[in-house]
Amino acid sequence: MNFTVDENGFYGSFGGAYIPEMLFPNVEELKDKYLKIMNEESFITEYNNLLKDYVGRPTPLYFAKRLSEHFKANIYLKREDLCHTGAHKINNTLGQILLAKRLGKRRIIAETGAGQHGVATATVCALMGFDCIVYMGEIDMERQKPNVERMKMLGATVVPATSGSKTLKDATNEAIRDWINNPSDTHYIIGSVVGPHPYPDMVARFQAIISKEVRAQLKEKTGSENPDYVIACVGGGSNAAGAFFHYLNEKDVKLVAVEAAGMGIDSGYSAATTFLGKPGVLHGSKTLLMQTADGQIVEAHSISAGLDYPGIGPIHSHLFETGRAEFLAITDKEAFKAAVLLSKLEGIIPALESSHAIASMAKLNLKPSDTVVVNLSGRGDKDLMTYITRKEEFLKD
Amino acid sequence: MDTKIQVKNRLTAAFSENQKPLLNIYFTAGYPALNDTLPVLRALQNACVDMVEIGMPFSDPLADGPVIQRSSEIALENGMTIKGLFEQIKDMRKEIHIPVLLMGYINPVLRYGIEKFCEDAAAVGIDGVIIPDLPVREYMEDYEEIFQKNNLSNIFLVTPHTSPERLKLIDDHATGFIYAVSTDSTTGNTKDIKQQEEYFSRLKGSKLKNPLMIGFNVRDKESFAFATNYAKGAIIGSAFVKAITGSKNLEKDIDVFIKGIR
Repeated sequence: MNFTVDENGFYGSFGGAYIPEMLFPNVEELKDKYLKIMNEESFITEYNNLLKDYVGRPTPLYFAKRLSEHFKANIYLKREDLCHTGAHKINNTLGQILLAKRLGKRRIIAETGAGQHGVATATVCALMGFDCIVYMGEIDMERQKPNVERMKMLGATVVPATSGSKTLKDATNEAIRDWINNPSDTHYIIGSVVGPHPYPDMVARFQAIISKEVRAQLKEKTGSENPDYVIACVGGGSNAAGAFFHYLNEKDVKLVAVEAAGMGIDSGYSAATTFLGKPGVLHGSKTLLMQTADGQIVEAHSISAGLDYPGIGPIHSHLFETGRAEFLAITDKEAFKAAVLLSKLEGIIPALESSHAIASMAKLNLKPSDTVVVNLSGRGDKDLMTYITRKEEFLKD
Repeated sequence: MDTKIQVKNRLTAAFSENQKPLLNIYFTAGYPALNDTLPVLRALQNACVDMVEIGMPFSDPLADGPVIQRSSEIALENGMTIKGLFEQIKDMRKEIHIPVLLMGYINPVLRYGIEKFCEDAAAVGIDGVIIPDLPVREYMEDYEEIFQKNNLSNIFLVTPHTSPERLKLIDDHATGFIYAVSTDSTTGNTKDIKQQEEYFSRLKGSKLKNPLMIGFNVRDKESFAFATNYAKGAIIGSAFVKAITGSKNLEKDIDVFIKGIR
């Protein structure tokens, strides 16, 4: 079974490039050049130097002793929350800005939900002196104000997406519309493993640094490169793609992808795509999507603005369809409680996205001998207002 | 060897029979009100439009600007679906003789089932389909045969950045006409198509087997006249949708709008 992309951009029956002709030249140029550029020695050197000195890589693989005692397994946290800007998103934006530079593009557009990808894009644009326009749903702008301010301080223009559900899905539509209107000088930095080929593969490769480091670090700490489990949350799925990348063909490593069940899978307020979705096409690729019987995309819900996307990347649809990864769904309440648990046991306040991955361990039949790697994709500062305002609601039993 | 069957329908006939510039009007099904689809279609035929594109509303129409986006949103709120649309136009051929195309995005069509969609479209008398996010490669591999079996034209878009090689590939697989997007934009933009003379001339000189229709940013008499210097006809969408928004008398307003174009 092959879990990586084929020459037409498909993972099994998912993926491809379902784009209007207006975007064909841009996407084709990227498809023709991304691997060549990523393999150039000068690119690798520049990228690796910045990952080390600017991002702060390698991020630690931390043995969480008290969390391990709680879940009765050997739990390691991959500390992507310690990356510059507070999440794994910077790995990808840094890679793509270097790519954009080599493609001669100086105007950068991006979409963002929780704001982490927007902040990471604004950051690398500031670093390179490029123009940066970030599309963000009007509702997300309201609930993620600190990140909006961070983007502005970094010199980005934040444009509210006012159509549809006014969240990440619509911010993505607006970014694509911008790209259609500005095809020559603009590069679109997509923040997850979604979008037309080659985006899912390109983003996965930039995030693959996560599992590359985990292998080396785990070998050093345990004598084996392979854990029993790798766990990561999935909205679009970029941190999961990165955490899984070097383990895709290691059959004895169980891959666990954790989706947001929101208020419950069948509540009508959920983002659990593999439980609720059907194959379809959105934002340029064929993948599992939450949609009505008539093929209209439905709004997703999660307490975490980073997970409320009505689809998942095509690689994850393929991992689901083939059974290579196990998919679990965690409710808002379970995620909230897990965030408090990790904070109190380990002194680490996680992003609400990552809390879903932490919470999932209660649903796995972990054995005391199991080695578990959880990708802690981001830190919780951005969610502090949610933690403050919804404490009463979620912590009562 | 070219094994493709040449699709012959009202659309291909319209191009071979008409010498004057053809006017194609886009409107969204179920807009302004759910049951306006057939009345709008009828009024357009009465106003002597040469062909129409009925938009199948989608929640995420990424090639469209605000006017068509909004009309799609309202149409969906009104309850419009592909099934509902076929129901509304099932008897249209008793009175509508101009070519009728469907325009929309691939996801609702996939949910409906592409084979059933083509069969049902053909059964109600649809002549062709425009799906901007259905790429040529996927069409060729998976859908071309189904379209041809149902005598449906598939209309592809080209843009100022479409390479000559790709233009040829598209021309080889298009039937009906080629939809030339006038400028790099979503629908309903205000870019001036008069600056596109070089691109239009290049297209006109490309010796394509399919006729050309120019769309996007065609909005009035002047832009229609300019575009049709270089193509068999032109397509007006957003400006028309805007014109019928809030209309108290669709028949009259549609007639006035079309008379203002030519």
